[in-house]
This record gives sequence, C-alpha cells and structure tokens, in this order.
Amino acid sequence: MSEVIVVTSGKGGVGKTTTTANVGTGLAMMNKKVVLIDTDIGLRNLDVVMGLENRIVYNLVDVVEGNCRMKQALIKDKRYDNLFLLPSAQTRDKTAVSPEQMKKLTDELREEFDYILLDCPAGIEQGFKNAIAGADRALIVTTPEVAAIRDADRIIGLLEANEIHKIDLIINRIRMELVKRGDMMTNDDVIEILAVSLIGAVPDDENIVIAANQGEPLVGNDTLAGQAYMNIVRRVMGEEVPFLDLDSGSGFFSRLLKRLGVK
Amino acid sequence: MSIFDLFKKKNSGSIAKDRLKLLLVSDRASCSPEIMEAIKNDIINVISKYMEIDAEGLDIQITQTECEGSEGKVPALFANIPIKDIRK
Repeated sequence: MSEVIVVTSGKGGVGKTTTTANVGTGLAMMNKKVVLIDTDIGLRNLDVVMGLENRIVYNLVDVVEGNCRMKQALIKDKRYDNLFLLPSAQTRDKTAVSPEQMKKLTDELREEFDYILLDCPAGIEQGFKNAIAGADRALIVTTPEVAAIRDADRIIGLLEANEIHKIDLIINRIRMELVKRGDMMTNDDVIEILAVSLIGAVPDDENIVIAANQGEPLVGNDTLAGQAYMNIVRRVMGEEVPFLDLDSGSGFFSRLLKRLGVK
Repeated sequence: MSIFDLFKKKNSGSIAKDRLKLLLVSDRASCSPEIMEAIKNDIINVISKYMEIDAEGLDIQITQTECEGSEGKVPALFANIPIKDIRK
C-alpha cells in the first residue's frame, strides 16, 4: 500500500527540502519505489539538492496541464533506479495548480509508487494547500527556535483542520553544545510545547552543507546527520529505532575515551 | 562561567520555552477570518429575533482578558452590538 507524505514547516529555511531529499533517498535505499514532488512552484530547488537540475525537460505544471505524460516528466535519480523526481515549474506561480489537481496527481502516482513525498513551500497560502491536498500523513520540520516552533504549531492546527491526523515531528539543526549549556531548547521542550510525536532529531552537521553543494543526499553514510536521516527512514516505515546520542564524539574527553576504547 | 552567573540570569533556552508557551496560548485562541465571519453572522441571526440591531456596526473579536483564579490572561469573545430598536 502506498503512502503520500507531505514535508512541511510553515517557516522557510528550516530544512524541508533537505529532509525530503534525504528521507526519499533513504526510502529508495530500502528498496521502496519512491517519487519526490517539488510543489514550490516558481521557486524550485529540490532538483538542485538532488543534483538533477540538468535533466529537467517537463515539470509538475506540464503534467497537470496535459502538456506531457506523467512518465515524461519523472526524472530518474543518478544513483537509485527506484527513485524519481517530479520537478516544479520555475516560470509559473502557485495559482497554476489547484488542490483538486494535486489530489488527482498523487492518486495517479499511488498506483506505481510505494512512497510519494511532497516538498511543501513555506507559508500557509495556496502552495501549502496544494501540497497537503492529497497527503495521508505529514512530517513537520522545525528547528529549536521560537519562530520556527510557532509556525510549526500553526501548521499542525491547519493539518488537523484538513483531516490529516498522522503528524510526526523532525527537529532539525540541533546544536548539542548549546543545548548542554542551556542556550537551546531540548527535544523534550519542543515535544512538550507542540504535543506531537517525534520521528527524528537531526544535528546541525556541516556535512549537510557539503552534501547539498555536491547535489548528493547524505542519508545512510557514516556522518551523524546521515545516520539520523536513516533512522527517520526506518521510523517512517514503521520500525522502532532508538534515538541517536547526538553528543557522542563531540567533546574532547568523549573522543579521548573512544580512542582509548573505553566508550 | 562562574557559579554566580547561574543566579544572575536564566538560560536563554528556558527563556525561549517560556516565551513560546505564552505566545502559543494566544495563537491557538485566535480564529480564522472565515470562522469569525460565521460566528458574526450567527450572532446577527440570533439577536435579530428579539431586537433590531445595526448589523453593519457589529464588531466581534477575540481578546485577552484577566481572569480571577487563573494565572495570566485568558481568551475572551468580545462583541459590540449596536441596538437600533428594542422590539417587543
């Protein structure tokens, strides 16, 4: 049975696109058939994060308007044969697509794919309404900051009003050194405030910047962020996975102990 | 950081949490413009059964008000309904 998952946040710049790219790629690594849809019409960037920007011929709006068949617009990933991208249009605006058309599109994709991931634009306007129209569940991305959490709360309210009740939270860009000295909210603080279940905690890892520069998601590699994303993938598939110790190996003593084989 | 600093100021993480809690109380209490419009229309219908009111001048909003017994402010629906004529 296939699942349509919207990745959303309200606030911009918290890591929706990076999350979509990594969770989607991870699901493909687990042998699922996956399609990623960039629903941010006018400001496409999932193609760049995936490193597929040079292969785009048709886009989401072309499919909706009937300028091409679905198969022609789907771009196959560089590394995984079972991973596809439906890019957004760069020269159109949000009003080019309606929620009803998006629902029809995702329903069509259900027949062929195990997972359909929608990268939602920031905001709560038409682009958001389009992205959530056909979704079964949502992954909310937030950072441990007041503005991002406030927007996440608003988004949760809107999702529930639209009958999407399977909502999980990803806390992104966690900086353990700040959390430890009390200058960043803890995961427990964020969960207590938002009252939704946590499905992922991703550290603020410089490797994410490097991966985005290269256009290759880092999910599954041996970086802390790569492992955190892979754990999210397993949890999305229904596995119970313990949360990573994001603090491991960051301090001097921890590294020393590790080297001595104590830890 | 010395031990005295601990007493001098609160960690910014807990300041953030406290601010958010207050912020979300008022955020969650506010309604969408569509719902406010629907409430307004229903109020007009109900009151109009008993008296003639100035529907144009009717104003409703959700505000914060002090409440005895609870800490801080609680949301309240405020309605200003100008009456034209009290029918019998």
